[in-house]
Amino acid sequence: MAYKRQIDRLPIPPKDAKVHNVTCHYCIVGCGYKAYTWDRNKQGTLKDNAFGIDLGEQQNADGTWVAPSMYNMVKQDGKDVHLAVVPDQECVVNSGLVSIRGGRMAENRPSKVTGTQQQRLSDPLVWRNGTWQPTSWDDALDLVARVTARIITEGSEDDLLLSMFDHGGSAGGYENTWGTGKLYFDSMKVKNARIHNRPAYNSEVHSTRDMGVDELQYQYSDYEVTDTIMIIGANPLETQTNLFLNHMRKGLENGAKFIMVDPRRTVTVNAAEEVAGAENVLHLAIDPGSDMVLFNALFTHIVDQGWTDSDFIANSTFASGEAVAEDAAHPAGLGSLDYALATCRTSTAEAAEICKVDEVDIIKAAEWIAKPKDGARRKCVTAYEKGVIWGNDNYRTVGSIVNIALATGNIGREGGGCCRLGGHQEGYYRPSDAHVGRPATYVDQLLISGGGKVQHIWACDHYKTTLNASQYKRAHRKRAEMVKDAMDASAAGSREQQVDAIVAAVNAGGLFVVDVDIHHSQIGQNAHVILPACESNEMNLTSMNGERRLRLSEKYMDRYGNSLPDCLIAAKLAQNMERVLREMGDDAYADQFKGYDWETEEDAFMDGYHQGNPDVTYERLRAMGNNGVQEPVQGFENGKLVGVERLYMDGKFTRHGRDDGKALFCAASWRGLQAPGKEQERATHKFWINNVRANIFWQNQFLDKDNDFIQDRFPYPFIEMNADDMAEMGLNAGDLIEIHNENGTTQGMAYPTDTAARGQVAMVFGSPTGSQGNVVNPGVNELVLPDYKHTWGNIRKLADATPAAKAVSFKSKEYTG
Amino acid sequence: MRCKKMVDVGRRQFLRGGALAAAGAAAATVTTTPAQATPANAQVDYPSGKLANVADLAVNEPVDIEYPDADSPGVLIKLGQAVDGGVGPDGDIVAYSVLCPHKGYYMSYKSEDRTMNCPGHFSRFDVEAGGQQVWGHATQNLPQFTLRVDDNGDIFAEGASDLIFGRPSNVL
Repeated sequence: MAYKRQIDRLPIPPKDAKVHNVTCHYCIVGCGYKAYTWDRNKQGTLKDNAFGIDLGEQQNADGTWVAPSMYNMVKQDGKDVHLAVVPDQECVVNSGLVSIRGGRMAENRPSKVTGTQQQRLSDPLVWRNGTWQPTSWDDALDLVARVTARIITEGSEDDLLLSMFDHGGSAGGYENTWGTGKLYFDSMKVKNARIHNRPAYNSEVHSTRDMGVDELQYQYSDYEVTDTIMIIGANPLETQTNLFLNHMRKGLENGAKFIMVDPRRTVTVNAAEEVAGAENVLHLAIDPGSDMVLFNALFTHIVDQGWTDSDFIANSTFASGEAVAEDAAHPAGLGSLDYALATCRTSTAEAAEICKVDEVDIIKAAEWIAKPKDGARRKCVTAYEKGVIWGNDNYRTVGSIVNIALATGNIGREGGGCCRLGGHQEGYYRPSDAHVGRPATYVDQLLISGGGKVQHIWACDHYKTTLNASQYKRAHRKRAEMVKDAMDASAAGSREQQVDAIVAAVNAGGLFVVDVDIHHSQIGQNAHVILPACESNEMNLTSMNGERRLRLSEKYMDRYGNSLPDCLIAAKLAQNMERVLREMGDDAYADQFKGYDWETEEDAFMDGYHQGNPDVTYERLRAMGNNGVQEPVQGFENGKLVGVERLYMDGKFTRHGRDDGKALFCAASWRGLQAPGKEQERATHKFWINNVRANIFWQNQFLDKDNDFIQDRFPYPFIEMNADDMAEMGLNAGDLIEIHNENGTTQGMAYPTDTAARGQVAMVFGSPTGSQGNVVNPGVNELVLPDYKHTWGNIRKLADATPAAKAVSFKSKEYTG
Repeated sequence: MRCKKMVDVGRRQFLRGGALAAAGAAAATVTTTPAQATPANAQVDYPSGKLANVADLAVNEPVDIEYPDADSPGVLIKLGQAVDGGVGPDGDIVAYSVLCPHKGYYMSYKSEDRTMNCPGHFSRFDVEAGGQQVWGHATQNLPQFTLRVDDNGDIFAEGASDLIFGRPSNVL
């Protein structure tokens, strides 16, 4: 039986409750909320309250309502206060809509009163006496700095392996990317770095940038006024929920067609059919990995039919042949339309055969994208995400998508756009990373092969979210254990003796691991020093969403225990590095770690983002509220920051840095499954193992392992599976099953799914209790972009459904009216 | 499509503020005595309201109800097989709020798979699994009404498992 909250009454915020601007920090959409806080001993009444409405009346649909998950009691200035985090009706992003994630921001706050999030880290921890013991920042950072300084001075900065978020929202934001970026890319030049979800320090969308087109160039309202929405390898109803519900839906209601390119039917397809009618929705369920062939055929057909935007092509795109040759840093050549088409040329018939979809549907898609409508150019918004970003041949496939948008003039114009949908918000402001190089180091492979001696991890848990995870975990644990043993053996010695012991252990193949996170993560089990960070709203944080909307999400509660913002942790680490290096007599190196005298996150913001964007301050952003300003900020006029609706409205493309302002087309040459080992894996296993997201804990699953509402629904990671495949294997709903291949194993519960194709299963990604990355091979493209999506394995039963699994509803996820 | 029609009737009632007596509908509609707020008590005092008699119910044919008051529409269903939390001689009678705990839209019952479905934003709840949200945006499962059946087979609602959409207290 389902989890019941057994809550039948909530405190009412009084009229004088404090109100704070909040941007949801979980997904890229960044919905606006208002946080109300008020004293523990105060309350509003049904008639007299902060909302200014009569709460004694039943509110109608869409009315103001505080759900129990939107309420908590937290610390503010040292006192317990009530907290209600409520969706903002005035925010243009979500217009009062709430997702199952953002609606739980309040209950996902640490509270000593209500007992929520008590797993949050409150103090630095150091490995001592066979476990992690609490200590002071000074003690923990002294150890980190001494070990790090010894290693990088006896060897080089290349001995420092770095895992570091690069995004906005929860763990990132302009303050924190700057703090960490300044430390590792300015004070040091660390090149063996990787990002939270991929094994190198690289862009997920190199090709669109090389073509001159930033990946976030539209605004969300473009979906409302377009003729066609094409979504590729994405599931926005689950993962950009209020972008779909508040913007795409309006477009569909206004008559837009909807094309979905995805081997799997998702709730997004179903909802689009509900809104637009099935006749206006085209789901191209292509063979996994064949995306590029489809887009090449669409590109070819559109050009051959003359449905291109010739003025746009003439004025805004490169005209004469090859501009950038294919080389080690460019997995495809770039140039004019004709140049690219010579390589891309694919007939609809060829594509139908390779993609395993009907040719008529490919032609229909081309018509919906580009065939003039009532004599006028057709508008089309295209959006893509992990299906291609983590898919086959990333560079060329993303390039093949952008080719179509360029050919049809659908960039920089109302009702157009060709964007990634995104995961986290953005919030990148760092010194140059040019020293990293391109291709960047495949850091996981370096670590597995024994490279690196000290690892600094910032808000990453590769146990749950890397590829080739089985091997990575084995290597990581083994190397970290060597250092734990050395620390245990030298525990009674002086700090100097302990540092000597650690350095000896890493020189013998060990790895000294420093983990900065909000809780003790799975990879943190191998850490020697754990440093407690805080989240958005426990600090002020600036980020931008998927339409470049920059907001300040305000601090409304105290940091938990002794936790600190990442930017201030970076600053403290830098200061300790300076002190230790000076003690070691290396004044010149020590001087590189000056410039971190920040007291607050705002100081980090002013030192970083503000320097590059001098119009932007906290005060001005606060005044812009939850609607913020769309980057890049152009100025400050009449008391307001001035932004831009969409990029490239002047038809000049700049993301590649070319002076001519001309966009480039990509010569996307099809070569089957590009990443090593994939074709072999497909040939020798029964099931395609897709990895997918679920709206319920997309981007916040790490907070939900103790959340009863979430665990009740999915006590184990779900693996959607065709019922006939299950019957053939004697599986029942909820049975615990194991996926296995040469890379490793992982497990979850079988979720019978009518719409799952035979031989295809879809496992939720990033689960704490079943890492899909365990079975993903190490295959990447030339620029070290992993292909998580193309994994094949076999399946075997482990156990009958447990009582927890038996309580789960296994009905279809698709709404039917 | 009888159940849909009843839901439509219920929706009209809801929109006009919970008036009673839906002419022509087979649904039993019941109001309860307005509750008095009793702030001295730690727990909300729920009214006890008769919803129907077990003899009135047919398997998988939902009945519109209103509980704890006329502004809170719900549904009473005999599922035909015993479920956790079910009451009555067959342990198969359940009752829920029909306001989606996401944004308060009036949901419809899909008899084929015994789910409540929200036309607002596509959320779904399984009435055979205690109102568990199968998929959707609500941050809680569907409020389920606590039922009691007396010796005469009369079914009474006497509580709710979760906060009902659109109110700070289940009893206003």
